[in-house]
Amino acid sequence: MLHTVNKSPFEKNSFETCLRFAKDGSAILLIEDGVYAALQGTRITPAVEEAMKNKTVYALGPDLAARGVADKVLEGVKVVDYDGFVDLVAENDTVQSWL
Amino acid sequence: MADEMMEEGGVIKKMMYVNRTAPYGTVYALEALEVVLIGAAFEQDVCMVFIDDGVYQLKKDQDTDGIGMKNFSKTYRALEMYDVEKLYVDKQSLEERGLTEDDLLVDVEIKTTDELTALMEEQEVVMSF
Repeated sequence: MLHTVNKSPFEKNSFETCLRFAKDGSAILLIEDGVYAALQGTRITPAVEEAMKNKTVYALGPDLAARGVADKVLEGVKVVDYDGFVDLVAENDTVQSWL
Repeated sequence: MADEMMEEGGVIKKMMYVNRTAPYGTVYALEALEVVLIGAAFEQDVCMVFIDDGVYQLKKDQDTDGIGMKNFSKTYRALEMYDVEKLYVDKQSLEERGLTEDDLLVDVEIKTTDELTALMEEQEVVMSF
């Protein structure tokens, strides 16, 4: 399953709850304000590093660039463009949006 | 109030705009900027505070070409021309996001919680976004 998160992890618990319910092996795509979860050295970083041990975390490049944080992406997070977003949706049977 | 400053028949109030939202996910940041510029046109004593995700509004290197939205981050650099010179950033909010003053696109004063509390207490009007 593909999970998408579009809210800042500092403002809402969407990302945290996504991590709690996402099964091992699933893909998590961070979009819009959700990309703030993909960064180095934040209060959220340790939880993301833990999640990446058994899940794949993606972040949408254009949303990172818009927010000026493209150069702060945590190692291991895969940055994708809109085509990559489409590929992820196509590869996964279901998509769950954590709003 | 007896101690209100009168100038050209108008009252100058100490006004604080509290910004707590990230720039593009909601319209609050852009709307706050609009309101600040309007307040400045009326020559009010304005300051802006950036707390929580609000600090992301001031992040350098924003490039919105890929998301089809207006990059309004340059406007923060123009605030000075409208005599909006007091920009305060919450130290704790910066730190928990792994950011430093060097990451910001405009000169600000980094403030502790206690310092910001004192500033908030001085205000006559506080508006939250």
